[in-house]
Amino acid sequence: MAEVRRVRNGPFGYLLRAFVIVYLVLLVAWPLLLVVTHTFAHGTESLQALFADPDLVAALRLTALAAVVATVINTVFGVGISLLLVRCEFPGKRLLSAFVDLPLAVSPIVVGLALVLVYGGRDGWFGPTLESWGFQVVFATPGIIMATAFVSLPLVIREVEPVLREVGTEQEQAAWSLGASGWQAFWRVTLPAIKWAMIYGVVLTLARSIGEFGAVKVVSGNVLGETRTATLAVEEKYLNFDQDGAYAVAFLLASVSVLCILVVFVLRARSARRFSAEGQ
Amino acid sequence: MSIEVSGVNKRYGDFVALENINLSIPTGGLTALLGPSGGGKTTLLRVIAGLETADSGSILIEGTDATRLAVQKRNVGFVFQHYAAFKHMSVARNVAFGLEIRKRPKGEIQARVEELLELVHLSQFAHRLPSQLSGGQRQRMALARALAVEPTVLLLDEPFGALDAKVRKELRDWLRRLHEEVHVTTVFVTHDQEEALEVADEIVVINEGRVEQVGTPDQLYDAPANDFVMGFLGSVTTLDGQLVRPHDIEVSLAPAGPDSIEGTVSRVQRIGFEVRLTVLTDDGEVVTVELTRPHARRLALEQGRVVFLSALFEPAKPVLVAGA
Repeated sequence: MAEVRRVRNGPFGYLLRAFVIVYLVLLVAWPLLLVVTHTFAHGTESLQALFADPDLVAALRLTALAAVVATVINTVFGVGISLLLVRCEFPGKRLLSAFVDLPLAVSPIVVGLALVLVYGGRDGWFGPTLESWGFQVVFATPGIIMATAFVSLPLVIREVEPVLREVGTEQEQAAWSLGASGWQAFWRVTLPAIKWAMIYGVVLTLARSIGEFGAVKVVSGNVLGETRTATLAVEEKYLNFDQDGAYAVAFLLASVSVLCILVVFVLRARSARRFSAEGQ
Repeated sequence: MSIEVSGVNKRYGDFVALENINLSIPTGGLTALLGPSGGGKTTLLRVIAGLETADSGSILIEGTDATRLAVQKRNVGFVFQHYAAFKHMSVARNVAFGLEIRKRPKGEIQARVEELLELVHLSQFAHRLPSQLSGGQRQRMALARALAVEPTVLLLDEPFGALDAKVRKELRDWLRRLHEEVHVTTVFVTHDQEEALEVADEIVVINEGRVEQVGTPDQLYDAPANDFVMGFLGSVTTLDGQLVRPHDIEVSLAPAGPDSIEGTVSRVQRIGFEVRLTVLTDDGEVVTVELTRPHARRLALEQGRVVFLSALFEPAKPVLVAGA
């Protein structure tokens, strides 16, 4: 904690703080606040209107579904890939590690287009075959889930991996020597040890998934009531001069994200306390 | 014999960790695997536990061939240098772990855990988390956890290596007493010769992947098989080209016999109850001599004084041959 307190209290220190505050207010706080004030400009009327619109309720439901499924997939694979990266030595490991970060670097639009190239129903690489089996990916829910999972792929891994590395394998070995099978050791010893990192990763993944726009826009086809997600609804309402509606949906999305960040904040404080207790 | 190791080899790439190890460890004994870091003693312990597999050779535990047996099936208790405590579980749950895995009845587990915590003097800490214990307490917890499953053999990997000197010493005495109570065949790894000499019934000296000598602490100290064992167990110096213990050199002010070697005291160091002399002989040899303070005072030893040195005992001859 000593380093955190090393804030300079001279005039430069105050100037720096003022600068940071102005920057954050102009860039983040004020715009978000305006979303809130616009939403409630006519009381809760615009929010009520939202929930009365079945297409929009469908959009919110689709966003929730895609986010939850993508998060579940990324949690299972994320923990698996983290175990692989930390515990195993194999050729191409560094390449895999770099690949994991790719979704953060690539623009979501590119992700969407790439998915269409592979799974596109008409001239995708694999899409026509799948469609002949009666399974549509692009312009359907599976495509939306895939696009969402793709963009939020690294978040669980990057949280879990360093914790897993720090925990080491001795606790697992101790569990084995006491008779626990590999699965029992994982379930009873490893998983509890990475629990907080995993929850943190899940919350971040959820927040990222709910807000995904670019990749989803390309693969969804934006069919009203079917493949239109909440973020796409915001865009459409905005373009159709339904500003109140756009702000109301935006407010809902932002609230969920803020809630996620609050959860992360609480978890962080909790794990910080745990760590300081263990450091003694 | 409780543990029979025969013809065990283990390599990591080019590095030979264990080279043709043959070893018998008696039932009910407290055996130390002693040697310098990187000498292969921890690898041997882990091979016995089943946490590593040997490239060749076999391991018998109480007559059962354990060579291909998974660590879970060997029924060994293993204690790690850094405790390997299950951090999210209370002390009692840590100790209960092996019994819970074995699906013993709840009442039995509780009774056994209480009994073990009593044994390691941690009863009042049953509901604490490991992070709330001191290092010594954590290691006692780890020991109780390993003993809970009634292992055939108890294996300890540098169990006191992460503790400070005072706690180390306490735990050493305590381990010795515990072993007298529990009587399970125990093997512990250490690089501390004092620890091995003090605690073990039998010491196996391991260096560069080979067994250098096996014997009781007295045998090893008094009759080391080779220069390495002699040098590793206690301090040594050379006198007339031969290895001797610094406290086995007689210092006198006049020649004590035909073999006396003349030299000049170049340094007098006082370390607690003993005095360490550095003597430069006329042949140009630098000899370290240890003697008690009263003895040094009687001879009025000081820098520049001419003294005569002779070995109190004949230099050690190899008695026990490694692996024989």
